[in-house]
Amino acid sequence: MLSCKEVTHLLSKAQDRKITLTERVNLEMHLAICNGCKNFKNQMTFLRQACQRYLKNQEKIDD
Amino acid sequence: MIDDTTLVDIRRDMIKFAHLQLRDATLAEDVVQEALAAALSSAREFAGRSALKTWVFAILRHKIVDQIRLQSRTTNISSLSQEEESLDQTFETLFKSNAHWSPEARPNDWGNPEESLRQQRFWDVFDACLKHLPENTARVFMMREFLEFETVEVCQELSITTSNCNVILHRARNGLRRCLEKNWFTPGEQPC
Repeated sequence: MLSCKEVTHLLSKAQDRKITLTERVNLEMHLAICNGCKNFKNQMTFLRQACQRYLKNQEKIDD
Repeated sequence: MIDDTTLVDIRRDMIKFAHLQLRDATLAEDVVQEALAAALSSAREFAGRSALKTWVFAILRHKIVDQIRLQSRTTNISSLSQEEESLDQTFETLFKSNAHWSPEARPNDWGNPEESLRQQRFWDVFDACLKHLPENTARVFMMREFLEFETVEVCQELSITTSNCNVILHRARNGLRRCLEKNWFTPGEQPC
């Protein structure tokens, strides 16, 4: 079983590359029972979304 | 035609972006100047002010990357400053000795965070949190997220190992997440 600390590293890596099948299985098993890490995962997704929006906003012209 | 106020506005946004990445006011002014000169000297026709802005920002991103490349030859991006060390120490304190979250540090449910993206106040906090990240950590993170490099390319460009790159990105993401949680997302009910 992965620890929460390991899960945070894996979730960060998942933003950068495809994780392996074993990693995915271990991750899902952990997330199924841990709300803290589930929240961490959603937060990582949100960070990516916010950065993309940041870039989009930047090219907007304020009137 | 492009009027002066448009240019002034665009330039202000460019400087803000360059400054955030380079953390140096003079360097930021320089790259912005170069990018503007390059953009305006090209005989391109623009369908509107918005197209112009997209174009100059594309050029600016290239100029920033060139500058970072240059700096990476003389500085060791993966070396730890005191700020980085203290961020890493704080991260360790979030866990119990068995490496699971300590109850008070468990990440919160942010609800529907997408709604925040429409609020100017959120972007002020987001900006402040980015500025709050240690310099080298921020640089790697922004290269990945704002200059949209693949992580392998980031490592190559900055001559750091993949595992180092992973450590830095993890530090940045966790730092940013904690900063937003503390300063924007008011803690809701404790999960788990």
